[in-house]
Amino acid sequence: MRLIAAAAIAAIVVTGAAEAKTWRIRPGAEAEQALQRALIEARPGDTVQLGRGRFELSGGLSLDVDRVTIRGDGENRSILSFNNQRRGAEGLLITSDNVTLRGFAVENARGDAIKARDCNGIHIRQVRVEWTRGPNAENGAYGLYPVNCDNVLIERSIARGASDAGIYVGQSRNIIVRDNLAEFNVAGIEIENSFNADVFGNVATHNTGGILVFDLPGLPQQGGHDIRVFNNRIVDNNTPNFAPAGNIVAGVPTGTGVLIMANRNVHVFENEIADNGTVNVLISSYRESFQDEHYNPLARDIVIRDNEFGNTGYAPAGDLAALSQLGVPIPDVLWDGATIYSRGGMARTEQVRIVVDDNRSTRTRTGSFLSLGLASAGSPISEAQPDPTPPPIVEIEEPERVRIG
Amino acid sequence: MTSEDPMDRRRPRRHAPTLAGEGAGGPYWRFILLALLSLVCITTATAQAPAPVNQAVIAAERPPELLSAYHFFRDAGAREPNERVTPYDLNTPLYSDGALKFRYVFIPPGQQAQYRDEGVFEFPVGTVLIKTFAFAADMRQPTENVRFLETRLLIRRAEGWIALPYVWNEAQTEARLSPIGATIPVSFTNEQGQAIALDWAVPNRNQCKGCHDVAGEFTPIGPNARNLNRAGPDIAFSPWSEGNDSALIPRSDPISTNQLDAWTDDHLLAGAPPGANAPRVPRAFDPASGSLDLRARAYLDVNCAHCHNPQGPAHTSGLDLRWSQHDPIAWGVGKRPVAAGRGSAGFEFAIDPGHPERSILLYRLRATDPGVMMPETGRQLVDERGAALIEDWIAHMDSEGRVHE
Repeated sequence: MRLIAAAAIAAIVVTGAAEAKTWRIRPGAEAEQALQRALIEARPGDTVQLGRGRFELSGGLSLDVDRVTIRGDGENRSILSFNNQRRGAEGLLITSDNVTLRGFAVENARGDAIKARDCNGIHIRQVRVEWTRGPNAENGAYGLYPVNCDNVLIERSIARGASDAGIYVGQSRNIIVRDNLAEFNVAGIEIENSFNADVFGNVATHNTGGILVFDLPGLPQQGGHDIRVFNNRIVDNNTPNFAPAGNIVAGVPTGTGVLIMANRNVHVFENEIADNGTVNVLISSYRESFQDEHYNPLARDIVIRDNEFGNTGYAPAGDLAALSQLGVPIPDVLWDGATIYSRGGMARTEQVRIVVDDNRSTRTRTGSFLSLGLASAGSPISEAQPDPTPPPIVEIEEPERVRIG
Repeated sequence: MTSEDPMDRRRPRRHAPTLAGEGAGGPYWRFILLALLSLVCITTATAQAPAPVNQAVIAAERPPELLSAYHFFRDAGAREPNERVTPYDLNTPLYSDGALKFRYVFIPPGQQAQYRDEGVFEFPVGTVLIKTFAFAADMRQPTENVRFLETRLLIRRAEGWIALPYVWNEAQTEARLSPIGATIPVSFTNEQGQAIALDWAVPNRNQCKGCHDVAGEFTPIGPNARNLNRAGPDIAFSPWSEGNDSALIPRSDPISTNQLDAWTDDHLLAGAPPGANAPRVPRAFDPASGSLDLRARAYLDVNCAHCHNPQGPAHTSGLDLRWSQHDPIAWGVGKRPVAAGRGSAGFEFAIDPGHPERSILLYRLRATDPGVMMPETGRQLVDERGAALIEDWIAHMDSEGRVHE
């Protein structure tokens, strides 16, 4: 008690502000209003404490105050339920800095579950986001969804049932995604148009695709780079793709372990990648036409090393099914082979370095590799000239470890 | 009505209310109202001259609980604006479930807004933008049985704008501050004679910022040069004009003065060119005011661009629907969805030129599911007129997204 008082005094001395307050919210008829009021009237440093039980919410919640913690009694005990949501494009929207979310669940949001936009510092820990009916095209797009944020930390959380990505970090910088479980989503974990991300210690299973690293044209931030994906279990991602058509992830073949599309300097190492029916690792250019004059659709400086590959290629989907029918064996690591692209009507090329080294495979001992030899980004698969020769081993400097500032 | 000095029209007495059930017999109700006002005035010992707008209340750190504390209106029902509380109209307003909107600006005596061609005028500290949302019991008779729901204030403080929603009571005698929003059940008959029931959602502070946000700064949306630049014989300043011979709101009220010129003449605005030389958007639903292309773009500018601009809340989508954006690609022509989820409806492009039936933008304008619809907040019904306009616009596009009528 004395210690707490001392700490409180210290806080006043240090910040000159009033003592941080804890807003305690219990489930019940008044909970929705009380909770939104707390999220609006909270002062920096405050905690909003969710009681045990189910909070039935009719509208999206939002927080726009810096340094607030929303904390529940555990991801299975404090549940924000949006079963009857009538308003709001997401369950919970965060637009302020240095916010911590911890120990609660968001279920069945009509749109995205938790979105953090334009934040510096978002820490999500032991949070569950879920669409409880399982994979369904009517589920919301993203589970945990920081976009245009700096210093993102998502850990020990669970994402299930998203019709796009369970954990999606878009157009952000300085990112750690670790020790999470992503299952029964279209994409388990997706890092898109982002700079400097460490994705490790996660389990991605029963998704359509396990872990995706994408870079797309036409967005305010593109040119994704410096991504490390390591020490993850990326296994049994064979849930039939249930993304609404038109979305980029609707093109992810069912049964994909890791998919790298465009991006520069992506290192995938020391993962267990197994039992993904189409392919364990797919490296591809962005294959659609685009008008963004700064965009580079090539996947380049990609390192796939020291991974443990299990079974794959036994149920190829999409374009790779056609390939397989032609008798082309599906490898552990498949590259489209693109080194040329067209931008503004001009053909461009650059040195594309793909390194596949020191992988192990239960099927093929050393992990197998195949280039489709589609030299131009977006060439039809019918023009494939498969080539199993691994690219030369070159040194590509690994990005530095991400530190959250 | 027709031969009077237009300046005279902006004296507050010109905007005396047309209360429900009262016809064209102006003098009688005006007499009654004056008598009532006098009574109020006598009891508050301010005799004939009503108290001016209370600038101390506007400046106060803590906003008052009741709208009446500001003295923006002379009557409890907020029909008759006080001195310097100037009604204004926009060429193309935001759709809000078809609600009637009554807009006023208060600029402190001796001060002026600074004109800008682009963006909202630079209003001096102490400015208040006042907007009341209302429905008539039967929207085919919009001057009768008008029920005020809320009056939103945007107050220009030294540190920026703040938003304060005041919710009207059942008796329509006072409006009370509701910073965390509110839900008001509303039922009315719409212009097509259909019975409509909805829960009007008064936005909370965060939801206000969800639209009024430019690069993190709270910003008004409507009062810019091009939307205030109204002229011609068929435009009204205020729906509460006397001589109730037309059933329509805004009333067709002959006035020859351009609204920008009137603001200049009234010393509300400095630095403005003559209205005839200033930018102007057409009225979206008046073909006489502009081409299909310009009217559609005016509609998108007002209804979408507050979020979909490079500094707005939806900047991460890459869509830019501002009036000043002339590149069809930025409007979404040929643009693939990024984070639309099931909002894509399975379509490939935001705008598929010539094909409104497979354009995501139109699909989301017509949606009412909170996880799909656009705008995300501020409506529950579909703006059928707006959707028809956009449908027509997309249908007339060539493959480059240009419209030739």
